[in-house]
Amino acid sequence: MSTIATRPVVAPRTASGRLARFVKAAREAPLVAIVLLGGLVFMAIFAELIAPYDPTVPVPGATMFDPPFWMEGGRTTMILGSDFQGRDVLSRLIYGARVSLIVGLMGTLVAGGIGTALGILAGYVGGWVDQIIMRITDAWLALPAIVFAIFLAAMIGPSMWNIIIILGAVYWTRYARVIRGEVLSLRERDFVKLAEIAGASRFRVIKRHILPNVMNTATVLASLTVGVVIIAEASLSFLGVGVPPPQPAWGLMLAEARPTLMAGQWWLTVFPGVCILLIVLATQLFGDWLRVRLDPQQRNL
Amino acid sequence: MTQFIVRRILYSIVTLFILSGTIFLVVRMTGDPVLLLAEAGASTEDLDRVRQQWGLDRSWPVQYLAFMENAVRGELGKSFNYRMPVSELYFERLPNSLILGLAATAISLLVGVPAGIVSAVKVNSWWDNAAKGIGLLGLSIPGFWLGLVLILVFSVWLRWLPTSGAGDWRHVVMPAVALGWYFAASMLRLTRSSMLEVLGSEYIKLAKLKGLPEVVVIGMHAFKNALIPVLTLAGVNMVVMINAAVIVEVIFAWPGIGRLLYEGIFQRDFPLVQGVVIMAGFMIVGINLVVDVVYALIDPRIRLTR
Repeated sequence: MSTIATRPVVAPRTASGRLARFVKAAREAPLVAIVLLGGLVFMAIFAELIAPYDPTVPVPGATMFDPPFWMEGGRTTMILGSDFQGRDVLSRLIYGARVSLIVGLMGTLVAGGIGTALGILAGYVGGWVDQIIMRITDAWLALPAIVFAIFLAAMIGPSMWNIIIILGAVYWTRYARVIRGEVLSLRERDFVKLAEIAGASRFRVIKRHILPNVMNTATVLASLTVGVVIIAEASLSFLGVGVPPPQPAWGLMLAEARPTLMAGQWWLTVFPGVCILLIVLATQLFGDWLRVRLDPQQRNL
Repeated sequence: MTQFIVRRILYSIVTLFILSGTIFLVVRMTGDPVLLLAEAGASTEDLDRVRQQWGLDRSWPVQYLAFMENAVRGELGKSFNYRMPVSELYFERLPNSLILGLAATAISLLVGVPAGIVSAVKVNSWWDNAAKGIGLLGLSIPGFWLGLVLILVFSVWLRWLPTSGAGDWRHVVMPAVALGWYFAASMLRLTRSSMLEVLGSEYIKLAKLKGLPEVVVIGMHAFKNALIPVLTLAGVNMVVMINAAVIVEVIFAWPGIGRLLYEGIFQRDFPLVQGVVIMAGFMIVGINLVVDVVYALIDPRIRLTR
């Protein structure tokens, strides 16, 4: 029995084995997602260097609603044309990646933090703490997340950091529910029981034994949340309760493009939307890959 | 069984109390509504009079209890802006939201269910991959942007459909697609996984072993059983769509409750915002309660494991 159990099932940890595993991992890696996300992250970080113009002020000499360069009246100095104030669309898109990524990542971090903490607390402490946390979770789930977010954003007021906190405060419920369930079963496992018998404090048990075991789940959930948060931010900005002008956010650009839609100036509507689509698609693909890697049982989280 | 139902109802009431309390608090913590009600430059006495007139001089707990007491009776307070009961405004708009929600549900079912069945029956085939692609795009394309693109294509370029407003069926098509799109994708994934589960079960294998034609096995045996979770989700989704259609209703100027909420937000009409949001909570808690109870009635395992 023991001989079978000790036989390595994965490639041995030799140099060639490591290489083989690396090659295998590289082949399974979501190339499309990595390229897309890599490109967008690059754009966001180096926006100052890449963007041809300042995104918040009109380009000197430009007229309003210049079309992209390949259309009649377009010019090659402003590849994707200009908006209703004569600002460069391409520069605004590049800077917009920054807003989307910051809100997407930070919002997810806040949501994941709140949800994981509450989930662990509810599952590990149990009793009335569990009851209170789960009833609050139910109450939060009783409103469509986007309506809740619009409501909070309208009441608290628009700014990028407010939006991050609001979206974090809205999207934590799923983490709390799923992680509570995991902690309930972890709590009964021997290594947790032994740690408790050995006299480890509650805090220590949570830190050393519970938290590391729910991190995979939290990460998978996070990969699913990023895209949702990015779309939510775009929706709030579109409605005018998100990122305030003149900051270049994709949702805001769509809102500013609305009056021009009827005039057939399609590029102002199409480009920001395609950017949102690509960034969310990339996070979805990446999340799918992550789920297979971190969650071999494929519990549909 | 009775115990289970009683407990679920109690939970629902607690949920609604927490939700309404939170909303009530947020509304009051983020600004003094009196300043918006009174004219600019009003004196302190004027402000006090307005405060008294609208019952805002009472303490928060008293205001909350009065609010809940009225809410239970179907009274949601008086709109600052329209100077008429919120419930009247709400029920005037609700039918439009029901129409839109129903149409969007129909679209999500018409797209999601057939695509889900095909991808489950022909698992890992070209069809399956196409369906997975649709599912991925459903999550990635923001519904409101899809709405804008639909306007561009069908109203501006092709001139087939009106851009906004409500009237005949042609006004419903684009908002319903924009709203139902995301839900079609979730319907597709659920139908697929539900079908796969049923197709792997013993009685389907037996039906196949008996030599029944594939069409009969899938259509009569598998489909019927796979449909239960799908229809449940469709029902819950419809209630969500009725309440969550804010942006789509704004884009298409659809006179539903989502637009009412939007108007309330921009006119700082707190009773209106509060009322619409709480009604959404009521509706969703209600449908979840119904689903839970019905499932417990059908399937004893559910009420025993909780």
